[in-house]
Amino acid sequence: MDHQVEAIDEILEHYPEEPEFLIFLLQDIQSAYGFISKESMQMVSDYTGVPITQAYSVATFYQSFRLEPIGEHELRVCLGTACHLKGGQRIVEELERKLNIKAGETTEDMMYTLDTVNCVGACALAPVLLADEKYETNITASKIKKILKKIESK
Amino acid sequence: MSNGNTAISIDSIRLNSLEDLNTLRQNIIDKHDPNKPEVLICHGTGCIANGSVEVIDAFKKICADADIDAKIMPGIKATGCQGLCSKGPLVLIKPQGLFYQKVKASDVEDIIQKTIIKNEPVERLLYKDPKTGKPIKTEEEIPYYSLQKRVILKNIGKIDPTSIHDKIAVGGYQALAKALKTMTPEEVVTEVANSGLRGRGGAGFPTGRKWQGALKAVEKKGGPVYVVVNGDEGDPGAFMDCAIMEGDPHAVLEGLILGAYALGANKGYLYIRAEYPLAVKHLEMAMEQARAHGLLGDNILNSGFSFDAQINRGAGAFVCGESTALFTSIEGKAGTPRPKYVRSVEEGLWGNPTVLNNVETWANIPLIIKKGADWYSSIGTPKSTGTKVFCLVGKVNNVGLVEVPMGTPITKIVDEIGGGIPSGKPFKAVQTGGPSGGCIPNKLKDTPMDFDSLTDAGAMMGSGAMIVMDEHDCVVDIGRYFLRFLEEESCGKCIPCRLGLTKMREILDNFSAGKGKIEDIETLQSLAKAIQDGALCALGTSAPNPCLTTIKFFKDEYLAHINDQKCPAGVCKELITYSIDPDACTGCRSCARLCPENCITGKKKEPHVINADKCIRCGICLETCKFDAVQVN
Repeated sequence: MDHQVEAIDEILEHYPEEPEFLIFLLQDIQSAYGFISKESMQMVSDYTGVPITQAYSVATFYQSFRLEPIGEHELRVCLGTACHLKGGQRIVEELERKLNIKAGETTEDMMYTLDTVNCVGACALAPVLLADEKYETNITASKIKKILKKIESK
Repeated sequence: MSNGNTAISIDSIRLNSLEDLNTLRQNIIDKHDPNKPEVLICHGTGCIANGSVEVIDAFKKICADADIDAKIMPGIKATGCQGLCSKGPLVLIKPQGLFYQKVKASDVEDIIQKTIIKNEPVERLLYKDPKTGKPIKTEEEIPYYSLQKRVILKNIGKIDPTSIHDKIAVGGYQALAKALKTMTPEEVVTEVANSGLRGRGGAGFPTGRKWQGALKAVEKKGGPVYVVVNGDEGDPGAFMDCAIMEGDPHAVLEGLILGAYALGANKGYLYIRAEYPLAVKHLEMAMEQARAHGLLGDNILNSGFSFDAQINRGAGAFVCGESTALFTSIEGKAGTPRPKYVRSVEEGLWGNPTVLNNVETWANIPLIIKKGADWYSSIGTPKSTGTKVFCLVGKVNNVGLVEVPMGTPITKIVDEIGGGIPSGKPFKAVQTGGPSGGCIPNKLKDTPMDFDSLTDAGAMMGSGAMIVMDEHDCVVDIGRYFLRFLEEESCGKCIPCRLGLTKMREILDNFSAGKGKIEDIETLQSLAKAIQDGALCALGTSAPNPCLTTIKFFKDEYLAHINDQKCPAGVCKELITYSIDPDACTGCRSCARLCPENCITGKKKEPHVINADKCIRCGICLETCKFDAVQVN
């Protein structure tokens, strides 16, 4: 059985059984498990009374929701305007080459998920990469090598 | 050990009147010794990214270990954004008012020994005047700050945003207490209307008129009425709302409660962007503390007025910054907008009258109530009153938060406060208003930053991002960037936006690949017109602005892409080649080592060559070369 399902009741009971709490529930499940499994989506749907098709529509409409498990490390490259002007796209491309995946994908060994984000508000330090929760700033291609090494040596 | 932060604990001391609030305020002020050292460390997103958390930890640890006389044991405070993000982490030392920049954990020992114990500045950490190189000691003497008018940002960076007592000490909740005691709800609405305040979210709709519209709707069809904070700051390059929510959450909350009182609302919502976890945390804390003090919840300050609010976190959809999409999202659905034949003040959340205002707009309300509409409207221009907080980012020396009176010319913000661009040349353009705004060229640098002047120039105030571009930034590329952004963020509900933006972006893709035709410019303009006329919401109707303004002001650059297959700024990959200047190349091999295609060859200590056929123009060699030997042709 899906490991998400076991502890999900605890998340559910934080909120009233109302359709308006669908997004809250999906957010809490995702922050606990990194993604929303099919089974937990069904449970949220039953709990809130939102049809599963609609719950799925909500989960796919918003960018922050994931329906697939993510890698052990999440790399998010900022592509806000300041980061774009200072070469954020080059950073994405370099990571795509290094990890051999496209943005939005996870490496086969489940080590890395590569993503882009629209602005993290650290424009003074552009271009910025969020490696898990750590900000890597004024990124250059040579720094990428070091950052990946640092993550892997942990 | 006392770290100063928790000198007065927040027990649930319920306040029942303006007098109670004043007594508490006096107690807090009396307990605070203004001559005792205090260390204020910037804990805004920019400084955190630069390592300010390590600096805070170092202060706490070293103060605990060091042998410091209790009389001078400094209070240590993590504050909101102090503003000059490019020089972070920033540290402010009181009572001297010393301003330290680029502080590292390893500098802390020196600061304690010299500044705290011996009362001497640490010279190397002081800000240096870029022209004279002379060190400047205090914030007030630094042009970046002295040229601003910080009203909304006044307390941000000076108070601990997680402490309601810090806020009360600087006059927090005075406006609310005053209004509840001495003003009727109608008088609050009138005061806001008379102030001339216009919404800071983008379009600049008069706030007072919005509130009056909601009241009329309530009269017509009955309540309930809701008040909502739009904290879904999605414009890339804009973080002023983030800084306000993180750095002075009680200002937003007090504004919201005042609005609720004025409109008779008992329930409010704060919709906050998913990427701002610290803002959510600080607002949650602020609400909890306000409830404990009787400033939020049942029977606020014993006035008989009750109001409470909840936080909804966004889930990563730019379109949710649009009012009707935001309401749909709060209702728990996919955030798509609806046509606004009926305005959202009449039919908003759950079909009820709703007032939605931006974070900065709400933060202005307590100031207007406390100091009066006349004071407020004396700032700025007659049609755009008050101040505006801008995020000055991109190719500019001083990157950070800037607050100036409405109507301040672009050149004053970029060239004087921002200190110009790094190369020392004139800036090429300033992009205002994010994906809904436009690029204003240097020749219009005297344009006043107010709602109407910007609209006249074809741009838009937007929420306040100002992105400075230099000669290495391509306008076709920036047009593509915003179109691609909006194409991805379009909810897909209406056809002009869903298909029109894709078509526009494809044309710009062709331009940047050297495959454009001259008649494409007209096609772009007519597509833009169709989207402006036909899209359902402001995301679509304003989407062509960045592209249209760049065509209007930089047509030559478009023509160079189309007619000569050239990108003058050297950005569009398919129109450029890289080469190495043999005279400048030292043969250090740095670029060759990093080249992902292994297409840079040459012997050590001899000039290298790029194989143009294999080169993918990733730009890594250009970025790596320390001798400026890599050239873009």
